[in-house]
Amino acid sequence: MSNVREDLMVTDIEAYLDVHEHKSLLRFITCGSVDDGKSTLIGRLLYETHLVFEDHMTALEADSKKFGTQGAELDFALLVDGLSAEREQGITIDVAYRFFSTERRKFIVADTPGHEQYTRNMVTGASTAELAVILIDARKGVITQTRRHSYLVSLLGIRRVVVAINKLDLVDYSQDVFERIAADYRAFASEIGLAPDQAEVVCIPVSALRGDNITEPGDHMPWYSGPTLIEHLETVEIGDTAEAGPFRFPVQWVNRPNSDFRGFSGTVVGGSVQPGDDVLVLPSGVTSRVARISTFDGDLGQAVAGQAVTIVLTDEVDVSRGSVLCAVDRPAEIADQFEAHVVWMHDNPMQPGRQYLLKIGATTAGLTISSPKYKVDVNTLEHLAAKTLAINEIGVCTISTDRPIAFDPYVANRDMGGFIVIDRLTNATVGAGLLHFALRRSTNVHWQTVDVTPEARGELMGHRPCVVWLTGLSGAGKSTIANQVEQRLHTLGAHTFLLDGDNVRHGLNRDLGFTEADRIENIRRIGEVSRLMIDAGLIVLVSFISPFRAERELARELIGAERFCEVHVDAPIEVAEARDPKGLYAKARNGQLPNFTGVDSPYEVPLQPQLRIDTTRTSPETASQAIVDHLRTMGIIAGPH
Amino acid sequence: MTRVLTHLERLEAESIHIMRETVSESENPVMLYSVGKDSAVMLHLARKAFAPSAPPFPLLHVDTTWKFRAMYELREKMAAEAGMDLLVYQNPECIELGINPFDHGSAMHTDMWKTQGLKKALDEHGFDAAFGGARRDEEKSRAKERIVSLRSAQHRWDPKQQRPELWRTYNLRKGVGETVRVFPISNWTELDVWQYIHREAIPIVPLYFAAVRPVVDRGGTLIMVDDDRMRLEPGEVPTMRKVRFRTLGCYPLSGAVESEADTLPGIIQEMLLTTTSERQGRMIDFDSSASMEKKKQDGYF
Repeated sequence: MSNVREDLMVTDIEAYLDVHEHKSLLRFITCGSVDDGKSTLIGRLLYETHLVFEDHMTALEADSKKFGTQGAELDFALLVDGLSAEREQGITIDVAYRFFSTERRKFIVADTPGHEQYTRNMVTGASTAELAVILIDARKGVITQTRRHSYLVSLLGIRRVVVAINKLDLVDYSQDVFERIAADYRAFASEIGLAPDQAEVVCIPVSALRGDNITEPGDHMPWYSGPTLIEHLETVEIGDTAEAGPFRFPVQWVNRPNSDFRGFSGTVVGGSVQPGDDVLVLPSGVTSRVARISTFDGDLGQAVAGQAVTIVLTDEVDVSRGSVLCAVDRPAEIADQFEAHVVWMHDNPMQPGRQYLLKIGATTAGLTISSPKYKVDVNTLEHLAAKTLAINEIGVCTISTDRPIAFDPYVANRDMGGFIVIDRLTNATVGAGLLHFALRRSTNVHWQTVDVTPEARGELMGHRPCVVWLTGLSGAGKSTIANQVEQRLHTLGAHTFLLDGDNVRHGLNRDLGFTEADRIENIRRIGEVSRLMIDAGLIVLVSFISPFRAERELARELIGAERFCEVHVDAPIEVAEARDPKGLYAKARNGQLPNFTGVDSPYEVPLQPQLRIDTTRTSPETASQAIVDHLRTMGIIAGPH
Repeated sequence: MTRVLTHLERLEAESIHIMRETVSESENPVMLYSVGKDSAVMLHLARKAFAPSAPPFPLLHVDTTWKFRAMYELREKMAAEAGMDLLVYQNPECIELGINPFDHGSAMHTDMWKTQGLKKALDEHGFDAAFGGARRDEEKSRAKERIVSLRSAQHRWDPKQQRPELWRTYNLRKGVGETVRVFPISNWTELDVWQYIHREAIPIVPLYFAAVRPVVDRGGTLIMVDDDRMRLEPGEVPTMRKVRFRTLGCYPLSGAVESEADTLPGIIQEMLLTTTSERQGRMIDFDSSASMEKKKQDGYF
C-alpha cells in the first residue's frame, strides 16, 4: 500500500493528486486508556501512514531514549502524548483531533483522554464520529471500562464498531484468547443496541506495539484471515441512516443580495434534494417547491447529505433562520415536549425547572428540563433514581421548549435529534441531549385561534394588561408599595390583581419549600399564573422577593418584555433587617429559617430594572405614584390626568 | 444510496457551515486575512459560503509593514475581486517606537505588531467574532483547540472556559465585551489546503513558487532580501538562489528553502516528499519562551 503511494508521488504527481482528490473521509473515535495502548495505536497509525515528519521523528527518537517505556525501541505513544504538561497547567483537554490518510481515505481521529471527565469527553468525540475503535487489553478482556465506552458509543448513535483486541504479543498471539474475548464482547454488545442486526461489530487481533494487523498482517497470527485495522478502516462503508433518510435542511442564513434573489443557505443534514422537489417548511407548515440549488460554482442538479448549498424556492414563502425544509411525504415532527437523554457537562449541576437554552440545528429556544426519570450508571448500566444530574451524569428526562421545534428522533438523524444545552447567564455549554420522541405533539402547528383576544379584552377594560414585578429583600417594602399601587389603579378604574409571595405559598405553591429548585418552580408557577391573568386583560402586581436574576428573566420571557415592568424595591440589608416586620430575619439568624435571602442565600440585584425605588429615601406614596406614572409612559393606562 | 462526498467536499462544506453559523449569530464579524495560503483558502470558502452575496464582513489585515512586497500586491487584488472591504491595521504604537525584527527581536516584534495590534484592531472596530485560518495539524498543542474559541473582554484565552463542541452545533453566544475566534479550517491538513488550492485554482502569492531570489544564509536559514531595510552583517552579500517559501510572514523572519518546484503539483510533490514539518520555516516558534500556548493566552491566535 505505502509503496504504491510513494511511487505515484514521485513518478506522477498529477496522477497522485487525482487519486487523493477523490478520497473519502472517515471520522472515528478511539476508546480506551493509555494502559490499553491507545496512544501507541494512534502513534503507530500516524507513523505507518507517513504522517510523522523528520523533525518529529528526531524528537521522538530523543524522547524515546529519555522517557520511553520501550527500551531501545521507539515509543509511539510519545507522538500523541503532548498532554501531560497541559494537565499540570490545569487545562481541560476534552478531545484531541489527529489526522492521517492513506491513498483511499482521509481519517480524522477523535482521541479522548480516558480519565475523570471521560463521559463528557467521549460524548463530545463520539458526536461527530462515524465509527468507534474500542481497545481491549488481551490480558484483561472485557472490563467495566469496555462496557462504559461501548454504551456511550451506542448511545451517541455509532453503529460501526471495531474492537481492537490489543497486546496479543503478551498472550503469545493466542487464537483462543482472541476468540474468547470476541465472543464475550459480542454477547455484551447485543444488550446495548449493538446486536448484529443493529450494528456492524468487527473484532481484530492486534499488537499496536509490534505493528501486527495494523497496516500489515505480520507473521505472528497465521490463524487470522480477516482485514488489518487499516484495511478495515479504508473499506468500511461510510454513510448513516440520515443520508439514506428523508430530505432535511435547516436554514442557517437567508441569502438576499438584491431584490432578484432570495435563497436559503444551509447544510443538507438528511437525504437529498433536486430542483422540482416539493418541500414542507417547518415549523410554519407551508409548502413550496425547490426552484434552484445555487452554489458559487453554479446550480446543482442534486444536493446530498453533507453538502452546504443555497436553495431557492418557487414561492415567496416565509422562511427564516431556524426553519427546516423537509421532504413533503416524510416530514419531520413538530413538538414542544420530549423525552430525551441528557448528558450533563458542567460543574454546576442541572437545575430541574430552570430555564436554559436549547440549540438544535439553527434553532435556539427556551428549554426546561424536568427532574430525571432516572440516571444511568455508565459502569453497570443500572437505572438509578435521581433529582438532578451532576457533571458527567446521564439521565432520561422530560424536556419542554418554549415554542414548537422541528425534530427527528436522534437514532434516525443526529443533526435533527441532537441538541446542546446553554446556560442563559454564563452562555456556557452545560450539557447535551438526544431527542427520542415527542410527549406532546404539536400536530396543529398554530395555536388554537380564539376569537376574543387578550387585546380585545384589554380594550373592554380601558387599559392594556401587564405585570408589575416588585422584587427586593424581605422587609424592603414591596407589599406596602404594591398595595398602594393597586389602590391608585383601582381609583383610576383599572382592573388589577395582587399576587403576594406569602399568600401564594399558602395555596398554589403550598407544596414548595425554599431550596433553589423549589424557588425556581415557585417563580415558574407565578409567571404562568400572571400570564393567564394578562390574557384575561388584568394589570397584575407581583410582590415577590425573587432573588435570582435568571428566574426574573424567565418571568420576563414568559410574559413578554413589552408587558413586563420590573421594579427593584431597594433597601440595604441592615435597614430591611432592622424593620423585620415579620420577625423573619431574627429566625434566620437563629438558624431556624435556612436559605433565607440576604442571610444565607444571595439576592442578585437587578441590573436593568424599569424602576428602582430606594425605600430609605422614598415614601410608599411617592413610590406608588412613580410606578403608576411609569405605567402611563409604557402606554398601559391612559395618560396623564 | 446517494453518492459519497470526497474528503475535500466534506471539509469544504464543514467550513462553509461554520462561517454561516458565525455570521448568523454575531453582530459584527470580521475575517483575519494574512495573505498566506491558508488565508487564500479562507477567503475562497467565504465567497462560496455566501454566494451570490458578497461575504457579509470585511477582511482585516493586521499589518507589520514588514511583509513581502508580493503579499501587499496580492492583498489589494483579492479583496477587490471578492467585493469585500479591506481594513489594514498597523499598530500606531509600533510605528511610533519603530518596532522592527532587527532591533527588537522576533518575539517582541511579533507580539507588538501582531498580538497587540490584533487586540487593538478588534477593539477599535468592535468586532465580536473573528475568523482565523489556524489548523489543528499545525502543532501538537493545537490538536485539541476548539473551532469556536471564546475570548474574554481582554482577549484572553481561558482554557477553563472553553466549551465542548458536539455535532455541528456551535455555541456562539457570548457576554458583554467577550468575543469569539472562529477557526473554520481546523480539520484541514497542510496537504488538504494545497490540494484545495490546486482543485479550485485559487491565486496565491508567487513566493510559494520557486524562483531565483536574493537571499542571505543565516545559520542555515535562508532569508530573502526583499527591500533595502534588510540589515546585512558586515561582509554579507546576498546571493541569487532558486528558492521558495513554505510559510509566509515578515520577510526577515521567514526562512526560504532551496527548491525547483515552480508549479502547484511541484510544490505539493515537494511537500509530500519533504520530511520536515511546516512550522520549522516560521522563525517565531523557535523563541524558547514563546510557545503557541502562551501566545494564545495572550491573545495571539
